[in-house]
Amino acid sequence: MANATQTPEGLFDIDGLLTDEEREIRSVIRKYVEKRIKPDVAEWFENGELPARELAIELGKLGVLGMHLEGYGCAGAGAVAYGLACLELEAGDSGIRSLVSVQGSLAMKAIHAFGSEEQKQQWLPKMATGEVLGCFGLTEPDFGSNPAGMRTRAKRDGKDWLLDGTKMWITNGNIADVAVVWARTDEGIRGFIVPTDTPGFSANLVHRKLSLRASITSELVLDNVRLPEDAVLPGVSSLRGPLTCLNEARFGILFGALGAARDSLESAIRYGMERIQFDHPIAAYQLTQKKYADMTVEFGKGLLLALHIGRLKEKGTLRAEQVSIGKFNSVKQALAITRECRSILGANGITLEYPVMRHMSNLESVYTYEGTHEMHTLVIGEALTGLPAYRI
Amino acid sequence: MNIAVCVKQIPDQSVPGKLDPGTHNLVRDGKLILDDSDSYGVEMALQLVDRAGGGEVTLISMAPNGEVSGIRTALAMGADRAVLVSDPSLAGSDALTTAKVLAAAIRRNPFDLVMAATESTDGYTGTVPVQVAEILDIPSVSFAKKVEIENGILKVQRQTESGYDEVECPLPALVTVTAGVVEPRYPSFKGIMAAKSKPVDVLDVAALGTGPLTTSQEIVSVRAAEERASGTVVVDEGDAFRQVVEFLEAIKVI
Repeated sequence: MANATQTPEGLFDIDGLLTDEEREIRSVIRKYVEKRIKPDVAEWFENGELPARELAIELGKLGVLGMHLEGYGCAGAGAVAYGLACLELEAGDSGIRSLVSVQGSLAMKAIHAFGSEEQKQQWLPKMATGEVLGCFGLTEPDFGSNPAGMRTRAKRDGKDWLLDGTKMWITNGNIADVAVVWARTDEGIRGFIVPTDTPGFSANLVHRKLSLRASITSELVLDNVRLPEDAVLPGVSSLRGPLTCLNEARFGILFGALGAARDSLESAIRYGMERIQFDHPIAAYQLTQKKYADMTVEFGKGLLLALHIGRLKEKGTLRAEQVSIGKFNSVKQALAITRECRSILGANGITLEYPVMRHMSNLESVYTYEGTHEMHTLVIGEALTGLPAYRI
Repeated sequence: MNIAVCVKQIPDQSVPGKLDPGTHNLVRDGKLILDDSDSYGVEMALQLVDRAGGGEVTLISMAPNGEVSGIRTALAMGADRAVLVSDPSLAGSDALTTAKVLAAAIRRNPFDLVMAATESTDGYTGTVPVQVAEILDIPSVSFAKKVEIENGILKVQRQTESGYDEVECPLPALVTVTAGVVEPRYPSFKGIMAAKSKPVDVLDVAALGTGPLTTSQEIVSVRAAEERASGTVVVDEGDAFRQVVEFLEAIKVI
């Protein structure tokens, strides 16, 4: 058989754009995913389960959880290193990357950015090791893209707070030890650290998902949950709080989705080299090669854009609409790539023997969560025109 | 407990390798990575130092250029420092020259134990470690699958074809570690970032004080390995099990 001379990443000389440290971090996660995730993830996906506790401890040992945060047991790595870790995790499965995104970029980031010193000391070190799992409650059944309409309310009751409401599509909700919950108060939108064993807090698993099956998705119910005064995050009292965290998570996704694309692409190239029809490997046919070329060029362009956005973040000049551009492009292209790869794998492509359709169905969620594709489109439109099309 | 671990930085095996047409040596001008077979020795050394309650793990390596990225991987796993002998004159060194250089580098710091892989993944001579032991004038135990130290005595389970031997010897000593016998830890991100600031002494041959080194071995020619003959296909017509059993008996598996 002929030997391929370049991988999709090699073709773009991506390695030349990375520091030794970034390459090293990437290679650690790649090895971990090869060894620990890929052999079992199809089964987890099929059964709709995830050994999240075990994985969290392992990921904590590696230093992935909150890796981009400074202090409190976090590694303090750069933005590109964090992005590359997300990419490699999502090459395993979007569910694994989601676990890490929610823990590090949403729950930990909220406490790190807006918490008091005591709150940080209490929660962050154990969340970094994976001993304590967090979740993040912003979205509600009736308020997705428009969180400003949220119905969850927190009222003062003497020195305490009382929380009431429902949050939906919450990753890790059923297994979390602590939830960061955003609620409307008389002082604006505020964040609360809610230990999940607080009376009145309950989580219900979302069943019958066709996407992100190797991920735990829940509804959170807050029924007169009484919290002490110091449960509130003191640093913010507006939507800037949750949106800051979401921006951080989106940043991980704009790298991550490309991992699902790369894994599918590699799988489709391997398959095409081995699958013989009409006496030739289907990779030798021009139609297949055109697919490979189109997909690889989109993948490489996406990764170059992601790296550019990562460097802007490291410089501290990254703007929210630039994160939108990245998420918009990466997920859209990744979804298109996984679909095209499925066509190369033919009937085999629809099974869990190959990662392609699993990635494809996962990306249907990724397309919608952390800011829908449509919202990111309108953010870009607003940046170009000054006209917010979502306020008509 | 101070342990010197010999580690080799080799070309990334995911990139197709090339031989220099003139010298027949492996071309090593690209990025080098830590030889996977060395990660087992590094892991064992870290565990031994940990169990001993203190000491240092020093990496010993040799490279024709100043490449350190493979060494950084082992530092990120937790090794304390590294000595890298880097000298253009070492390009194409044979096993004995390599052993002389490594032994001289090991001697620069006090050590209780030297560890190495049984062989490198790129060169595969498998002769360097015992030569190092001979030059250092210390006992060597090869093919270790388990290593313990009790009251200054080295206790090794030495892998054999049929099981293992239990071998003891006094320290200092050299042990070669069989690949796959421990689970090498992943470098943590904090480890990776800390590895940047760990000391790597880069020395040239003159600084070693070995005197002149001459490589007397020459690779005269290189041939492609013979293609494997295709195996025997047994078609099952009800008696395949008999043929399989006969085959296994013939090669003395059963």
